[in-house]
Amino acid sequence: MAVTFVRKEMLPQQPPPSSQVGPVRWVRENLLSSPLNIFLTLAAIYVIYVIIDHVGPWLMNSVWNAGSLAECRQILAGESGACFAVINDRWRQLLYGFYPSDMYWRPNLAMVLLLVAVAPVLFDKLPRKMIWFSAVYPFIAFWLLWGGSLWLPLAVIAGFAIGYAVFRGLSPMTNGALAVIAGALAALIWWFVAAAAVSDVLQSVIPLGIAAVPSREFGGFMLSIIIGVTGIALSLPLGIMLALGRKSDMPLIKMICVGFIEFIRGVPLITLLFTASLLLNYFLPPGTNFDIILRVIIMVTLFAAAYMAEVIRGGLAALPRGQYEAADALGLDYWKAQRLIIMPQALKISIPGIVNTFIGLFKDTTLVVFIGLLDPIGLSNAIRADSNWNGIYWELFIFIGACFFIFCFGMSRYSMYLERRLKTDHR
Amino acid sequence: MSELALDHEIDRSKMTVSNEVAIQIARMNKWYGQFHVLRDIDMTVHRGERIVICGPSGSGKSTLIRCINRLEEHQSGQIVVDGTELTSDLKNIDKVRSEVGMVFQHFNLFPHLTILENCTLAPIWVRKVPKKEAEETAMHFLRKVKIPEQAHKYPGQLSGGQQQRVAIARSLCMKPRIMLFDEPTSALDPEMIKEVLDTMIELAEEGMTMLCVTHEMGFAQAVANRVIFMDQGQIVEQNEPKEFFNNPQSDRTKLFLSQILGH
Repeated sequence: MAVTFVRKEMLPQQPPPSSQVGPVRWVRENLLSSPLNIFLTLAAIYVIYVIIDHVGPWLMNSVWNAGSLAECRQILAGESGACFAVINDRWRQLLYGFYPSDMYWRPNLAMVLLLVAVAPVLFDKLPRKMIWFSAVYPFIAFWLLWGGSLWLPLAVIAGFAIGYAVFRGLSPMTNGALAVIAGALAALIWWFVAAAAVSDVLQSVIPLGIAAVPSREFGGFMLSIIIGVTGIALSLPLGIMLALGRKSDMPLIKMICVGFIEFIRGVPLITLLFTASLLLNYFLPPGTNFDIILRVIIMVTLFAAAYMAEVIRGGLAALPRGQYEAADALGLDYWKAQRLIIMPQALKISIPGIVNTFIGLFKDTTLVVFIGLLDPIGLSNAIRADSNWNGIYWELFIFIGACFFIFCFGMSRYSMYLERRLKTDHR
Repeated sequence: MSELALDHEIDRSKMTVSNEVAIQIARMNKWYGQFHVLRDIDMTVHRGERIVICGPSGSGKSTLIRCINRLEEHQSGQIVVDGTELTSDLKNIDKVRSEVGMVFQHFNLFPHLTILENCTLAPIWVRKVPKKEAEETAMHFLRKVKIPEQAHKYPGQLSGGQQQRVAIARSLCMKPRIMLFDEPTSALDPEMIKEVLDTMIELAEEGMTMLCVTHEMGFAQAVANRVIFMDQGQIVEQNEPKEFFNNPQSDRTKLFLSQILGH
């Protein structure tokens, strides 16, 4: 038998047969490929039909203009139909809580500026200088929302400047870590001892400010967004530090981080919130006015940070050791290696988990209803307490759910966009 | 014997060994837990030397060169690189690492950065070179390893041989005085080994001090001035390449050579 074979010419590439392309093939392959598949397709079509048959008329008959549930029922005259008039009547309350209505422009402006501040963080094609606005934004937003003296946020900003000045002054004399600690200490002393007094004095000399709004008047989606956005912005850096601390060679730092993460993850968020609202009052000196929203933000942030740390630790573990070694071999020190080589890759791997935690955090803000803050769920109870709307459930929850869905779906789509854009491994 | 197919005659005019000591290792020991992985290593490398280290797997050859830039820590003895002793002092370690370039078996390019960014990162952040200048240097070395046209691609888009040449260029951008190669061709397809070896030979021709852990005996014969054979964490034999291959002294070396050159 002859085994010798020599190819004389190489074959050119040819197009696939026509049955392998087009929508007909898609339907046949995905919907009707086997008897079981055909049955499931028909069953799914039936379920969709039943849902539309029941919910459709209810939605189509919606009443949008009425003063009360009774009026709605009158208009419907016994037919099944939704009474979205409650949203029409009370949407301001669902969005702003009991924030004074003549000052709605303040949260509105804060929201618009939030979009401007977040844009350069989310999209790297925007000019990098915009990031300075993002850095100042928290102070602008605080002042717009809570009002009061302009000097207070300025005094807080001054704390950062003082800390930085101490750090710069000391760093040539001592080593870096000591200068960082001294700078942080100086800033903390300024904030806790001097900042309030200085801003009061300045306010009495040159009064600058807008009407103050107390925290108890905050509510609705405004409150959810304040807690959610602050928690998201703070929990990511805190989570990164915790993840690095957990991987640290220094036993004390490692112990603190592991202890913190395991404690927070082992306790329900609602417990932490009750601690924030009730127990802290026992421990703080009497008469301390420690804002309830601030306390909730701190607890929510710590809670999310513990989860974030574990998500990021997963990303760090997925990086090959060679990346650390290459960074070391090039002479990059620990922080530069983390910032330039390790974190960009670890965070990219962790994007789905990070966004998962963000979405969880945002939805968990509804738990503040249990400590008496009026988030959208809390307001839905308050609206029902009004005799006009007593007995209305579905319409309120559909609206609240839809609003949350818009935010969470947005985050989810952004994370998919980010994953696609950062995909450079071409595997 | 596997001969290396050379495109040109090797230019030996700059391949000179000076009296200046580049690396001095004295009675160095290292353990992994209970396992004594490097035993009493004594070694002097002069500037301009091209040393090939070979030996069976697990003989400690990779660990030895990884100790030279402190990717591994030694537990006793002394390592002095360019006059700087490696101790736990971080300043000394950073100093040595910026003088010593390293090329890894698996390239270890940074997959999230382009080829150009891979090459400019360390000069910009460690040497504080202005970005423009770092990019010019990077392009110079990328031309040298013959892939300037790939500068704006990502490592994942390149072949193994190309990636390894980028890794060499990335090390060179730090203008190192010593280059360490840790089995640079072991992860490559046969067709790509040659392009990497050619790059390494060019580097040798320019008088770079090189330590290579490799099994490419053709490369050792072509450019090395010394071959070191290691087994069980010790230097068993070292000699000039010609003598080493034609007239090995110890039985262990003879066995090793017969196994890798036998077929």
